[in-house]
Amino acid sequence: MKKSYNIEVDCANCANKMETAANNTDGVKNAVVNFMALKMNVEFEDGADAKSVMKNVLKACRKVESDCEIYI
Amino acid sequence: MTRKQKKTLIRIIIAAVLLVICSAASYMIKDLPWWAQMAMYLVPYLVIGYDILLKAGRGIIHGQVFDENFLMAIATVGAVALGEFREGAAVMLFYQIGELFQSVAVGKSRRNIAALMDIRPDYANIERDGVLVKVDPDEVEIGTVIIVKPGEKVPIDGVIAEGNTSLDMSALTGESMPVSVSKGAAVQSGCINMTGLVKILTTKEFGESTVSKILELVENSGAKKSRSENFISKFARYYTPAVCIGAAALAVFGPLVRMVLGLSPEWMSWVMRALTFLVISCPCALVISIPLTFFAGIGGASRAGILVKGSNYLETLAKARYIVFDKTGTLTKGVFEVADIRAEGVDKSTLIEYAALAESGSNHPIAKSIQAAYPDADKSRVGEIEETAGEGVTAVIDGKKIAVGNERLMARAGAKIKAADGAGTVIYAAIDGVYAGYILISDVIKPTAADAVSALKGSGIEKTVMLTGDSEKTAAAVAAAVGVDEYRAGLMPEDKVAIVEELLDKKPPKSALAFVGDGINDAPVLSRSDVGIAMGALGSDAAIEAADVVLMDDNPTKISQAIKTAKKCMAIVYENIIFALGVKAVCLILGALGLANMWLAIFADVGVMVIAVLNAIRALRIK
Repeated sequence: MKKSYNIEVDCANCANKMETAANNTDGVKNAVVNFMALKMNVEFEDGADAKSVMKNVLKACRKVESDCEIYI
Repeated sequence: MTRKQKKTLIRIIIAAVLLVICSAASYMIKDLPWWAQMAMYLVPYLVIGYDILLKAGRGIIHGQVFDENFLMAIATVGAVALGEFREGAAVMLFYQIGELFQSVAVGKSRRNIAALMDIRPDYANIERDGVLVKVDPDEVEIGTVIIVKPGEKVPIDGVIAEGNTSLDMSALTGESMPVSVSKGAAVQSGCINMTGLVKILTTKEFGESTVSKILELVENSGAKKSRSENFISKFARYYTPAVCIGAAALAVFGPLVRMVLGLSPEWMSWVMRALTFLVISCPCALVISIPLTFFAGIGGASRAGILVKGSNYLETLAKARYIVFDKTGTLTKGVFEVADIRAEGVDKSTLIEYAALAESGSNHPIAKSIQAAYPDADKSRVGEIEETAGEGVTAVIDGKKIAVGNERLMARAGAKIKAADGAGTVIYAAIDGVYAGYILISDVIKPTAADAVSALKGSGIEKTVMLTGDSEKTAAAVAAAVGVDEYRAGLMPEDKVAIVEELLDKKPPKSALAFVGDGINDAPVLSRSDVGIAMGALGSDAAIEAADVVLMDDNPTKISQAIKTAKKCMAIVYENIIFALGVKAVCLILGALGLANMWLAIFADVGVMVIAVLNAIRALRIK
């Protein structure tokens, strides 16, 4: 399953860090952050619950970039 | 400016004013003790830098040590520790000014590009109880009649149910020539209705309409990252820690070496050098300008009707040296037309008239092309018609027995034919058993095809190859007319893959092979080539799915335009990488030697970033 989320982040390097953090979250098969469109495209593992996974993704992103936002 | 940016701006102003007051105070009051000075400068320092310090602290807790907040915190705390209170506060202030500038500049260019690509319709008009209502296009179901007034965007794909108008398709194809449409014509969402009010019966949901497909494609294009983008993000991962270690080494080993040489260590001066070094090193200029360039390039191309599905394809396209064309639908129109009429013993017009009448009952593509060449055929003149599959048609017209078909049919009719020359399908005709001439039917070469091939030669393409399932004779004629270097005729679809594979082996190293097709039946070849280009994709979902680069209209000159765009984009990417890395490297060396002050350091950070962003925006302009 693939979903696209709007995000807010200030700098391109921070967006890269969010991408790495999202990819290291359980349940995420592949995540790509498009800083230009301010979008995060997430491909979930089979059977993963998108909502709970995204909560963890947000938590992981906040750790690397405290003022980022993902509109889940 | 966003709220966050405004808040930062206010903090910058307050901190700047406080800093001026502090400087004035320390100038007028001569012998202020160090702790009083420190307390005084700490106020503007904390006003401007508290969030950076917090973020740096949080970063350390979460194991994110070497980020730019950390760099700035170390640099300024270090300055304060050395007793350089004013320097510490000033560096933090400049850093924040730089960050704000960067955030505004990037935000602005981001929005500019996004606005150019904004072909999303906001509403659809539908009639409810005799009143026009504006509704969200998402809510319109298939089979609804929507009303599009002059000047409005067509929101959803459909068929015109009522009215005539001309449409501006430039948002989709990049072609500014308006297209006239009337009842029954299919219209794509995203074009602008120019002259008349039309009612459109929707045939798709908004989410499946052309405009949604295009937007989705462009927005997701960031998902496929180019090698240069990956290089930069990987680079940034190692770069910051490396710079921190370098700075620490500078602060420690510099004085130690001096001590070994028997000089005074000058700790202060070396630590200052290390701090300058840290400020210079912020990686954002690099990290931002590369994806921004690709984004601008893809955005600009999409305005010209060239959709690129990812920056990696832009990169590959720039390296293209071999172009392989599928003949039908790319170099030729893929529509059969009467190319030549050779009459024997009768007028040309009589020949085509009889042929069109004889073929008037048939739906075969060949028959249709003959009908199209003589549209005024009066069918009531036609008597008994007999169609023989694989041979042709015989019919009684005006009491004459007309046979129209291939050699076999002529033999049966007892007509003695003269062998035809010319490339294409030959249709012979006989009147009452006497040979009356032939009609040559061929696929028509696009008027721009020859220009397109020569433009490709001009943009660095070494070899152009044309593949076709047609006969050798037809292929040779088309190849000569458009000027391709090589052609292969009589191919089955699987042969095309084999030939592309053979060419992939032959092409020079580090170059790419692009295949151009019409997206119908050539999906395997499109995916096998380095970059697959589909043409004439407007209204064809299959083509949009199958290709890496999609040309919305069917003009082959767009291929060289796409390659030129890709090359320009890549040139800017390399310029930015070399420029940013070069300036940083020079400043880092100057900083290490103690020749760079904080001003130069700030320029190396912010100035380079701004110049790189402005350069990136150039990729938006497509000729």
